[in-house]
Parts: sequence; C-alpha cells; structure tokens
Amino acid sequence: MKRFFSFVRKEFYHVFRDGKTMLMLFGMPVMQILLFGFALTNEIKNSQIVICDYSRDDATRKIISKLEASNIFHIRESLLSHMQIEESFKSSNVKLVVIFPNNFNHDLLHSNKAQVQIIADASDPNTATTLTNYVTSIIMTYQQQLMAINAFPMSITPEIRMYYNPELKGATNFVPGVIALVLMLICVMMTSVSIVREKENGTMEILLVSPFNPMLVVISKAIPYLFLSIVNLLIILILSVSLLDMPINGSIFLLIAESILFIITGLSLGLLISNLVESQQAAMLISMMGMMVPTILFTGFMFPIENMPIPLQIISYFIPSKWFYTIVKAIMIKGLGFYDVWKETLVLAGMVVVLLTISFKKFKTRLA
Amino acid sequence: MEGTKTGVAENKFLSASEVVIRTDKLTKRFGDFVATNEITFEVYAGEIFGFLGANGAGKTTAMKMLCGLSRPSSGKAVIAGYDIYKDTERIKKKIGYMSQKFSLYEDLTVMENIRFFGGIYGLSNKHLQKKSHELIETLNLQNEANLMVTSLPLGWKQKLAFSVAVMHEPRIVFLDEPTGGVDPITRRQFWDLIYSTADKGITIFVTTHYMDEAEYCDRVSIMVDGVIEALDTPANLKRRYSVASMDEVFYHLARGAKRSVD
Repeated sequence: MKRFFSFVRKEFYHVFRDGKTMLMLFGMPVMQILLFGFALTNEIKNSQIVICDYSRDDATRKIISKLEASNIFHIRESLLSHMQIEESFKSSNVKLVVIFPNNFNHDLLHSNKAQVQIIADASDPNTATTLTNYVTSIIMTYQQQLMAINAFPMSITPEIRMYYNPELKGATNFVPGVIALVLMLICVMMTSVSIVREKENGTMEILLVSPFNPMLVVISKAIPYLFLSIVNLLIILILSVSLLDMPINGSIFLLIAESILFIITGLSLGLLISNLVESQQAAMLISMMGMMVPTILFTGFMFPIENMPIPLQIISYFIPSKWFYTIVKAIMIKGLGFYDVWKETLVLAGMVVVLLTISFKKFKTRLA
Repeated sequence: MEGTKTGVAENKFLSASEVVIRTDKLTKRFGDFVATNEITFEVYAGEIFGFLGANGAGKTTAMKMLCGLSRPSSGKAVIAGYDIYKDTERIKKKIGYMSQKFSLYEDLTVMENIRFFGGIYGLSNKHLQKKSHELIETLNLQNEANLMVTSLPLGWKQKLAFSVAVMHEPRIVFLDEPTGGVDPITRRQFWDLIYSTADKGITIFVTTHYMDEAEYCDRVSIMVDGVIEALDTPANLKRRYSVASMDEVFYHLARGAKRSVD
C-alpha cells in the first residue's frame, strides 16, 4: 500500500508541475463552456426575420412595428407568399418567418381569436427556440394591451413550426454534450499521454523491472486523473448551472456517480491507446482526433442520430459518450432516476470491463 | 590499478564462489530472427561482469531476459537463486536495473526521485530516510537535493540513477550502457562508484561500448551475432589473441559479424 502511495504522489507531482497539462486540464473545459455559453447568449441580437403578411391590417402592422422596435429582430423583407419561405431559409441567413393569415384583424375583432404562424429554422435549435419565444412574448404583450383597451378577452394563438429539426435539440441538450466531450477528451488524452511518456523516457522499463505490480502502475496513474476529472466535472456543472441556466432536475449524486463511471471509461480508453502507440505525439493525436470527431458526430448533441443511416447508427452504439449523453440528459433535464438509466449505465460499465481487459492483456504481453 | 584489480578478480572469482547468474542455452527468437542464440554463462557474486558486443549482437535482448523484461523463447536461467520463468517476482526484488535511456523523472527533485524509487521497492520510511541521506552524501548532492533532476548535468544524473538502482541493495545490478554520452573523467568517476558498489558484494552486470571500460571489468563476455564468442578476464583475452588492448580483442572478434552494425 505504501508503494502505491509513493506512486500516486509521484503522479500528482507530474501533473502539477506540468503547466501545459494543467492548462489543458482546466483551461479547455472552462473555455469550451464559456465559448458555448457566450455563443448561446450573443447570437440572438439583430436576427434576420421575414414577415409574410397576408392580412396587411392595423393589428398586423402594430405587431410588426413592435417586432421591429425590439432590437432583437431585423426585418429583412416581406414575403408575398408561403412558397417563398423555404427558399429564403435556404438562400440567406433568415432565422425565422412570421406569417399572418388573411383577415387577421377581422378575426381578432369579430371572433376574438386569431392565429399567427411562426416558422423557425431549427437547424440551429438554440437560436430557433429563443427567437420563437421572443416573438411569442411580443405577440402576447400586444394581446394584453388589446385586452386592457377592449375589456373582453381576445386571444392570438401562435402556431409554432420548427423547420429542419422538429425535435428541437436545444441549449439544454447542448451542455450535456459538451460535458461528455470535455470529459472524454481530458481523460483519454491525459492517461494515454502520461503512460506513453514513461515509455518514451525509459522509466517504464525501470518500473517493470521493479517489484511494483504492473497493474498498480496503471491504476496509480489513473488515480490523479480520476481525481482531477471529478474536480473538472464540478467546475463544468457549476458553470453550466450558473452561466448557462442548465437545470439539474434529477439527483446530483446520481449525476456525479454516472459521470465517474464515464470518466473511468475514458481512462480505460486512454490506457488502451497508450498500449498501442509509442510516442506522446501519437497518443495526443489519436486521443484528440480519434476521440473528438466520433464524440461530436455520434453523441447526438450536434447531429440527431435518429436521422442517420443505419450503419452510422450502429457505429454510434460503440461511442461511450452517446450513452453518457443520454444519461446526463435524463438526469439533468428530465429529472429521471437510476431506474430509467440503468441500461445505459450497464453499457458503460460493460465498455469499461472490455477496455480494461484488453489493455491489461496487452500490457502484460507487451513484455514477452 | 587495472592490473591489481584483474589479479584480485582471478583469485576472488575463479576459485568458485557463489554463482548469482547461471544461464543454460538461453535463446530469444523474434520470428525467424534469433536475437540471442543458446547463450550459456555464469556470473559470480560480487563480480563486475562486462557484457560486450557490437550493436545488434543481442546483448540488450539477453539482458532484458535476465531482468524479466522479456520472456526467453527457450533455455534456462537462474538469477540470484530463482528460476527465470517461475520466480520473476522474487527476482525483481533481488535485482536493480539502469537502462541506457536515462531513467529518472526529470520533473521530480533529486530527493523525490530517491523517495519514489525507494517507495516502489518497499523500503520502510526509516530505512528510506537513512538511505537517502547516505546517498546524497556519497554523491555530494547536498545543495542539489531539492532541485529538479532536469537541471543536473548528465554525469550527475547517471550517478544518481545508478545509486537509485542499487538503493534497495540488490544482489545484482544490470547496467545497460550506463555511461553513454559523458566525458572520460565523468566516466572514470562513475566507475569508482561501480567499484565501491561491487566492494559491498553487489554483482555488477554491465554492457558497454567503451573498451577502456571493458578493461575495468573482472571478466568480460563478447557477443557476436547472438552467441558468446569469448568469455574471460581482460588479461586472459588479451593474452589469447596476443594483443595489447581490449579494443583489439573486440575488433578481432566483432569484425566477423554478419549482422549489420548501425
């Protein structure tokens, strides 16, 4: 046990003395979260929208001028027909179209009910949701003003349609994805690089000649990164909640426990990579490119997996972050408990077992 | 110095003292390539055993098998009384190893390196305390104890690496080209350290490319193309080939090598 502690202490020295590692370890997640957070809050101003006004009456003009005055929207043009909507989404950076049907004011005054259609380009779901909410709330303000004047109820029902991404994977869906991405990259890269460094420096041979158990070499290497990743996770969660208004509807303990499982998956993967490569650069490259691309593609936070061709969907089953992403969403957003995520948990645990078995086997036979 | 040493060696070891390494037709194959071909030799306790050979002759492979870093393809070997196949864990406690890549942690201080390696060999705190003080004193590193290893000159690092490798008082220490890249004076100092360690009864098994270092050994073996071509005291080898230096002995044997020398 004492040997083990000497080793773990040494690993901490390595980490804390290497400025680059520390920067990567803590800088990257903070940067990512801040960048995404910044992007989320900043993109809304001066969004291009298009009005398609069939009615052209007093009420629609008032609503349009309110939209215009809001600072959020920049009204680019007025379309004459429904048919042009899709075209304007595709040809320009129009984010949203508001359609007033014929006789809007007439309906409102005579039947006390009117409809307005809001169509958003939801390929950028965050913006789409936010813009739609703004439009809706502006229309609702107008409705309340009308009620104050007329003293009888009038309702305008916005009918919202999301183009291109009807499921509306949005801001709340994005953060769990970033958590998965960041943890994956950090864990895989740090472990693989730190083990390969020992190989490169020749110290691995010294360790293998010593009576110190090779398995313990690996475990004690993982411990500092496990610890630091948990610290990292907490930072990411605090930033997400405070800065990005992410809810944590489920149990935070379950969330942390599941995250630790995911971190261990990443560490095991890093271990496997360290067995396959000989230089730190190779380890870095494989962890960065090899992890980043599949994680972004197949986790589901950027591109909906359901819309992918079957072969790609099958590939996504082998990406640990896909399962973790589902778990985090379930816990943070839907507030579900362990009963609802046990399958995903089992998959991750299975991956850990498989990865560790392969890498321990490789680690041993490498000596032969 | 050299003469007396060799003389002592002959008296000390050839009169059959304890054997600490005994190999019997030890062989390592990589596919069709036979890196080490049925080598058989003995090394005696307290001896400085030089293990020579041109690059590619198979000496690193042989050494790795003896250290337990590589599994032999066939043959037998007994290290410090333990079988190389069955008792690898016991052997590990009895041997020290210094690789040709310089093998301390550059980003740890001198003291931290000592503590770490003492720690993984399971030295008790008290023992470790005592040992590290002794070590620092012997190497005259009092002022550098808390400096990062990376800031030390290469010669100091090598001496430190050697001292760390024998800190747990092994029966045998394996040195794989320990003095590469340092000046003759530093090499000489390194060999003083080797002598004083051998005097404590620790067997030194050393590979080297420097033939002046071969002269310092009690006995040397010379490997050519995976087999041991000669094994004797430097004096006897020189007599046998009627030459004046180990350099010439080596050249005489190694020029027949078929394997490429890089």
